[in-house]
Amino acid sequence: MKITQHWLEEFTPGAATPAELAAQLTLAGLEVEALDPAAPAFTGVVVGEVLACARHPNAERLSLCEVTTDGADRLQIVCGAPNVRAGLKVAVAKIGARLPGEIAIKRAKLRGIESQGMICSARELGIGSEHDGILELPPDFAIGRDVRAALDLDDTVIEVNATPNRGDCMSVFGIARDHAAARRRRLHYAAKPVPAAHADAIGVELAAPEACPVFAGRLIRGLRAGAPTPLWLRERLRRVGINPISPIVDVTNYVMIESGQPMHAYDAARVAAPITVRFATAGEPLELLNGTTLALTADCLVIADANGPVGLAGIMGGSASAIGDGTLDVFLEAAHFAPQAIAGRARRLGLLTDAAQRFERGVDPQLPRRAIERATALLIEICGGRPGPLTEARSAAFAGAQPRVRLRRRRLERLLGTTVPDEEVREFLGAIGDRVEELGEGWEIGVPSHRFDLAIEADLVEEVARLRGFDRIPEHPAIAPQLAGDASEQRAPAERALAVLIDRGYHEAITYSFVDPAIQQALFPAQAALALANPISAELAEMRVSLWPGLLQAGRENARRQQSRMRLVEMGRKFLLDAGALQEIDTIAGLASGARWPEQWGIGRDPVDFYDVKGDVDAVLALTGDAGSIRYEPAGLECLHPGRSARLWRGEHAIGWLGELHPRLAKQFGWVSAPWLFEIETELGLLSKIPQYKAISVFPRLRRDLAVVVDESVSAAQLREAVASSASGLLTEFVVFDVYRGPGIDSGRKSIALGLILQDSSRTLTDVDADAVITAVVARLRDVFSATIRDQ
Amino acid sequence: MAEPETLAALVARALADVAASASVAALEEVRVHLLGKKGQLTERLKALGALPPSERPIAGQRINEAKGEIIAALEQRRATLEAVALDAALAAGRIDVSLPGRGQSSGTMHPVTRTRLRIERIFAQAGFEVATGPEVEDDFHNFEALNIPRNHPARAMHDTFYFADGRLLRTHTSPVQIRALSVRSPPLAIIAPGRVYRNDSDMTHTPMFHQVEGLVVGEQVSFANLKSMLHSFVERFFERSLGMRLRPSYFPFTEPSAEVDIECVFCRGGGCRVCKQTGWLEILGCGMVHPNVLGAVGIDAERWQGYAFGMGIERLAMLRYGVDDLRLFFENDLQFLKQFP
Repeated sequence: MKITQHWLEEFTPGAATPAELAAQLTLAGLEVEALDPAAPAFTGVVVGEVLACARHPNAERLSLCEVTTDGADRLQIVCGAPNVRAGLKVAVAKIGARLPGEIAIKRAKLRGIESQGMICSARELGIGSEHDGILELPPDFAIGRDVRAALDLDDTVIEVNATPNRGDCMSVFGIARDHAAARRRRLHYAAKPVPAAHADAIGVELAAPEACPVFAGRLIRGLRAGAPTPLWLRERLRRVGINPISPIVDVTNYVMIESGQPMHAYDAARVAAPITVRFATAGEPLELLNGTTLALTADCLVIADANGPVGLAGIMGGSASAIGDGTLDVFLEAAHFAPQAIAGRARRLGLLTDAAQRFERGVDPQLPRRAIERATALLIEICGGRPGPLTEARSAAFAGAQPRVRLRRRRLERLLGTTVPDEEVREFLGAIGDRVEELGEGWEIGVPSHRFDLAIEADLVEEVARLRGFDRIPEHPAIAPQLAGDASEQRAPAERALAVLIDRGYHEAITYSFVDPAIQQALFPAQAALALANPISAELAEMRVSLWPGLLQAGRENARRQQSRMRLVEMGRKFLLDAGALQEIDTIAGLASGARWPEQWGIGRDPVDFYDVKGDVDAVLALTGDAGSIRYEPAGLECLHPGRSARLWRGEHAIGWLGELHPRLAKQFGWVSAPWLFEIETELGLLSKIPQYKAISVFPRLRRDLAVVVDESVSAAQLREAVASSASGLLTEFVVFDVYRGPGIDSGRKSIALGLILQDSSRTLTDVDADAVITAVVARLRDVFSATIRDQ
Repeated sequence: MAEPETLAALVARALADVAASASVAALEEVRVHLLGKKGQLTERLKALGALPPSERPIAGQRINEAKGEIIAALEQRRATLEAVALDAALAAGRIDVSLPGRGQSSGTMHPVTRTRLRIERIFAQAGFEVATGPEVEDDFHNFEALNIPRNHPARAMHDTFYFADGRLLRTHTSPVQIRALSVRSPPLAIIAPGRVYRNDSDMTHTPMFHQVEGLVVGEQVSFANLKSMLHSFVERFFERSLGMRLRPSYFPFTEPSAEVDIECVFCRGGGCRVCKQTGWLEILGCGMVHPNVLGAVGIDAERWQGYAFGMGIERLAMLRYGVDDLRLFFENDLQFLKQFP
């Protein structure tokens, strides 16, 4: 909220500069978000009086004025404002004045007549936006006085961000009270009761006394219609960001900003007594001041008259009883609504008014009476009128005991980690609490009615620490128990997997966890996804079931930025709905597109293929020390090319996918050539085998190469398994070093060149041993796969 | 018939031939011609037998001296020729060392991950363990247990994404405090990094961002300890000494609560655009764990106390790397990503 420094200083006088004051408030917990001058800089503008005003001889819309600025001078000033008239006090920019916007006032001729200065509008002085006339100053302003001083323009607007627990600081007075406590200063406040001039009152029944235990009201009769709000009051409202509307509204707003008590004014002629404060019946209609009509719910507290609801309690008044230009008799309301009775409703209804924000944080129940007195005094000063008696309906149950909170000396010391001298504690508790009582182990205070945030001991610890200054708490390293940390080898760390891919050229991306449902459903038509009830946009409306939608999107955007070769990786969660149950699965996923190698000399421009990406995936899985347990099996996933995709298995667990984006989708998403995608679920995929040393054989290794011709349908994995099972345990390494199709090989068949490395742990193998292995392997391959052996 | 050549003349001619050899091969020819099985000097040694025995020793000695002289010359010449040949080979083998190296280029780590890992490392060395929790949370863990009941005004500080069944995307990493305290017993020190979500998107807000939550619970864990830990953290993070201040603030789950400002890392506190002329940068929120939070997970708040803090990873990354637009972190523009090796 906004306050001004001078307004604040009416309650707690001080001599701080605006910056000093801001620092003091901020360090006591009232964060100052902005400091702005009440008016931009200008000089040479004084209070003047228009002595005479005639039409400009050469211009219909201009007036020729005779103005005095010291009682003796007679300045001739040309003025174009419609409201200039003799006898008016005005702001005169004299020759030599400097106005906001670098405007220098010089002697000038306007339509042939010399003008010795300028009569200013509020806008020209930077203190208003209206430009329909000159600023009319009050008649009691002394001629010749500097306008900055007369209007108190060397004030500073302070924007304070009061935290939600500090409803008591949502007013000038509240901030002053806290500031005075922190600076150990006195607080000045005097409210004079206004005596009643008649006996009429409107009866109020508290039908929901827990929600509204206090309701102060006053009937003021015979207001003078058309009286303007005084300039000083309008100026204050302007500075704190409130538009002046009419004297009654301006006064209730002013009292709210000053005291923190929201008020409401009813046109008494439009209220059918008595007034009842009650909860609405469901469906009851109420037309609000802003023109909308609500169908109320039973948890809405309303102010009702004999005919039905006339206002939404603590949030907004109704239109039926609203004051207007013709209002002569006004009924003022200042009530206490319990936070629980207001909280949540305003937000739900989209009516977060100044009043609602205060009530849901807590407004001092002692305030209504004071607010009514203050508003009455202001209102009759402006509009005349005769006040009735101040009436206060008060729930008997509410008068209740003031809560008391205890602070133990030991607790204060243990929580803060420092000792605060008793006399300081006593002083701060005295500044914020009522009736501080000394106990042997500490103190106990009565919580004042304006503090809704003080309930437990920790709250008092905070008060002492805050008011004393957090900077006075020393920095002490903790003495912590020494416990050994975690260095698990059960699973390769995800960061390590990420590092492998980064080292292989992948750039880590971070995409949103919510994605475009249209894209996601095109990719994963069979997978149920969790939809947001209130997405930020239709394109970010559903939790991702895979990291691919985000990566594909990031890839496309980079392609649009002329990146032709891409390697993207992301680490994050996917959100799967499985028969209604949600699983959050940690995943590492990647996208590869473009050339196999970065463009460079001496290497061709082949496109990346399955085996390149498989190499990347294998490098990650190699971290587990258990790469042998991984299987790639052809598998159908709707979004991948059916012949160029694999599901990754580890034992009976599926741990991921690898494949080319389906050409249909690649085209749909605008890819020139389909990108490769992979995904590894890290919980199972990175589960590691702790290495177990096996004795190194000291005997030499023998290598035998074989080129076998088999049907296309025979996979390398099948060959490997067959070779291993028939090599009598001597196979220590197996490599595929060539795959050939073409002349010399029947179509539908392929030649695969295998390297078998044999070794025994207990003896040197001979050619005879090796030949025996090869014979057995060849026989097996012939039997199982109808393999033929190519000539060496 | 010509007078037979004197030994001296032979030596002189041989040395001239050696010196004239322009290659190792030519030199070898000269050697064979002189010292081979049928070489001139070899022939002369063979011819010694024809001399009277009394002359043989002297003649033999002279021939061997000549042979020695020629061998020395041959070896010297060979060394010279080999050195020349090596120089020529080296000259011919020169390559352009400025051509780029071959193979894959290195990828890059996202600056948010890079920052997260640094934060984790700094706290791990102080004895903190990393904890995690779900991103789709329930109202209890995200709000209720953190002392933010329904209709609490503090909920207004969290623009929450909801699902139809009432679950929500966590608005902060603080629910991990509740989850950690539910399964472990104090004393404990954890940090919980992760994604968080708020329904807010503009110049300075993205609907998803990252936080790191910290929680320490013990019997004597104090506000003074909190200040010390955070100050040493920011100084380690920014690798320099930095002023720090705590401002009283409000979080429902801590009491007392504070916002932490550090001396602006750009202007060193002098005032600049980044710190809005204040000289201070707000970087995290913290406080002493509220007794209601400990109570919500059944921990005796009379015996145990602790501190908690939460910081935005993007905020720290922006300050550390001079990134001036939050949204860059999620646009995944390779021109951006490639700047963070």
